[in-house]
Amino acid sequence: MKYTEIMIRYGELSTKGKNRKDFIGRLAGNVTKVLRDFPEVEIHPKHDRLHVILNGAPFTEIDQRLKKVFGIQTYSPTVKVAKTLADIEKTSLELMQATFKKGMTFKVNTKRSDHHFEYDTNELNSLVGDYLFTNMDSLKVEMKHPDLVLRIEVRQDAIYLSNQLLHGAGGMPVGTGGRAVMMLSGGIDSPVASYLALKRGVDIEMVHFYSPPYTTEKAMAKAKELTAILASYSGRINFIAVPFAEIQETIKEKVPEGYLMTVQRRFMLRLADEIRAKRNELAIFNGESVGQVASQTLESMFAINDVTTTPVVRPVATMDKTEIIALAEKIGTFALSIQPFEDCCTIFAPPRPKTKPKVDKVREYEERLDVAGLIQRALDGIKITAIRPGEKFLDKQMEEDTALL
Amino acid sequence: MIYFDNSATTKIDPAVLKTYETVAEDIWANPSSLHKLGDRSHQMLEASRKQIAQLLGTKQDEIFFTSGGTEANNWAIKGTAIQKREFGKHLITSSVEHASVANAFTALENLGFRVTRLPVDKEGRVSVSDLRNALDSETTLVSVMGVNNEIGTIQPIAEISDLLENYPTIQFHVDNVQALGKNIWPRVFTPRVDLSSLSAHKFHAPRGIGLLYKKEGKMITPLHDGGGQEKGLRSGTENLPAIAGMAKAIRLLLNDEAEKADKEAAIKAKIVQYLQDKPGIKIFSPVNTGFAPHILCFALEGIRGETLVHTLEEQEIYVSTTSACASTKVDEASTLVAMRVADKVATSAIRLSFDESNTLEEADQFIAVFDKIYRHFAKVNHLGE
Repeated sequence: MKYTEIMIRYGELSTKGKNRKDFIGRLAGNVTKVLRDFPEVEIHPKHDRLHVILNGAPFTEIDQRLKKVFGIQTYSPTVKVAKTLADIEKTSLELMQATFKKGMTFKVNTKRSDHHFEYDTNELNSLVGDYLFTNMDSLKVEMKHPDLVLRIEVRQDAIYLSNQLLHGAGGMPVGTGGRAVMMLSGGIDSPVASYLALKRGVDIEMVHFYSPPYTTEKAMAKAKELTAILASYSGRINFIAVPFAEIQETIKEKVPEGYLMTVQRRFMLRLADEIRAKRNELAIFNGESVGQVASQTLESMFAINDVTTTPVVRPVATMDKTEIIALAEKIGTFALSIQPFEDCCTIFAPPRPKTKPKVDKVREYEERLDVAGLIQRALDGIKITAIRPGEKFLDKQMEEDTALL
Repeated sequence: MIYFDNSATTKIDPAVLKTYETVAEDIWANPSSLHKLGDRSHQMLEASRKQIAQLLGTKQDEIFFTSGGTEANNWAIKGTAIQKREFGKHLITSSVEHASVANAFTALENLGFRVTRLPVDKEGRVSVSDLRNALDSETTLVSVMGVNNEIGTIQPIAEISDLLENYPTIQFHVDNVQALGKNIWPRVFTPRVDLSSLSAHKFHAPRGIGLLYKKEGKMITPLHDGGGQEKGLRSGTENLPAIAGMAKAIRLLLNDEAEKADKEAAIKAKIVQYLQDKPGIKIFSPVNTGFAPHILCFALEGIRGETLVHTLEEQEIYVSTTSACASTKVDEASTLVAMRVADKVATSAIRLSFDESNTLEEADQFIAVFDKIYRHFAKVNHLGE
């Protein structure tokens, strides 16, 4: 079926009042970004709908991309036809044949904003319904809960036909929720937390700690590739790599074993906060989940959080591991997350970390350290890369090499 | 120059050679090394394995790289016999196998295994009922080739597979060194086949590389002990450039496979048409679906195969006696002997084997040259009188 345009319906807009314009503008911008490589596509934001005019671009490919754009509630591939009954009938039949499976029920639903059109809604419903009924075998009419609803919209310029209602990603357009840093490790939880942040419209930048030579290049490539998967929900994400080995070595040398983990986490949070402040962002997101590991008990979180008053948002805080995994699988990060490369969270993990660290003790141990100097040197070593949807980092070389086969 | 000896070895494809060279130059590290160069080699190794598995319709974990067809055959046979010796010491093969299979069985016989060698009919084919009769409670292995290397007979692998469905503990090995790329794969590689051997230099890849398909869950004892490569089953640093070359060659081979096979069949048909009904000429590889398209074996009675090879060689036409591996021992031209062809005919046999680069013009040239030779020897031998 050759669709001519896609009609996009917004989500959660009724409550947005004056911000409606921002919302629509941002969504149009995000849709433009994901469809960047289809120059023929035109995007027209209107107050109640966003119209994507295909101009010959392939619907299936565009469908794959739109599915991931937050802020879209539903959308319908649509065909524009001339305002004659014959055209309506012919195209309706094609549309129905393309989506009909044996045993399905249908109804016709007409809306008319051009009241000068020669048939009114009831006439069109029954004329087109009869036509489809006589031209298709085993098609049944059902008014209450039909499987297919053929929508006919009679407007001034033309008539628009569609019979599919596809579900979008929901949520808010990325960018309408402000900007924040996201602490991304290579694990299962932080990519899921990133996804949830993006879903609420928060524009995030990834902060990733790495510790060569304790961690390998592959661990960082994995985090970058996870970012590239998440970027397909937002268009593009900055990846901020923070060198962390000196801090970890110093802490290992000077802090008692039970408190290694707590102090390391406090340094990570301080660094994330410094980066946030420099980049004019409003919050820190991370993948902590209550009770999952020693650093994620409420006592630990309290002791770690002591270094900042910035909001630290934990989207997966109350989710079970199984729920997090299910979501990771759905968004496509799970398989990559479970690849076993040592990351900086595991290399200096003490065998018996304190699950109930005391804030005053932590502060006392940190007095032995040159906190400001360590933080400054780590910040000086930051590298920022912009990562695009689907970019490859882990197997980049392999892709080149396999071209030889 | 006309090269009609492709069943002995094929010429390496320039694109395959390029892959070999590039991998040897750029991806030289040991796939077992921990550093990133080693990792790159490892990835390339697994990418090659994956591609081969996809092309052959197997799982990636079922492909094991060897040094060639001989090693794959030896490993499949000896590895099974040793692995399953507790369950029985009876092994079955055919009487027309390649030396790497036949001699592996002889070696096992010397170690106390009992081997049944199935006879063949006058087309060189084993009979499924003979196999059924040979099976006993001690049988652990059946090994029958897919395509005969000397005369091109396609063995009834599908029918044997059906029979062996009732004997799930018997491992079924098929030497498919002559069978890949001839548009007959489903007939010689059924889901019942547990083990199957391939050799890369038979399809325009480097020599010194081959593979054994081993079905998931089937066990064979390793013959090489060492660093534990290939999941601990075949130690030895992997020959990565050759493996990559083989992966590429299989892709190229199976591209337009049917057309390639048709081309070879047309060349064979043309020469057979010339040879048939000529007094003194005996054709062992008829043109029909029971034979591979690329092998043509025939004898000119009274003239030793060796003599014909050298006479044709003077005209820059290269062919074999029945098989390169047996050519120094014409008396044991095994397939023909097993078919009960008289010795004096068997020693007169030559084998022409084609590939997709051979042409009908070459067939015409061969016929023109051979016709002169034929008439000369016919006169000497008083043929047709």
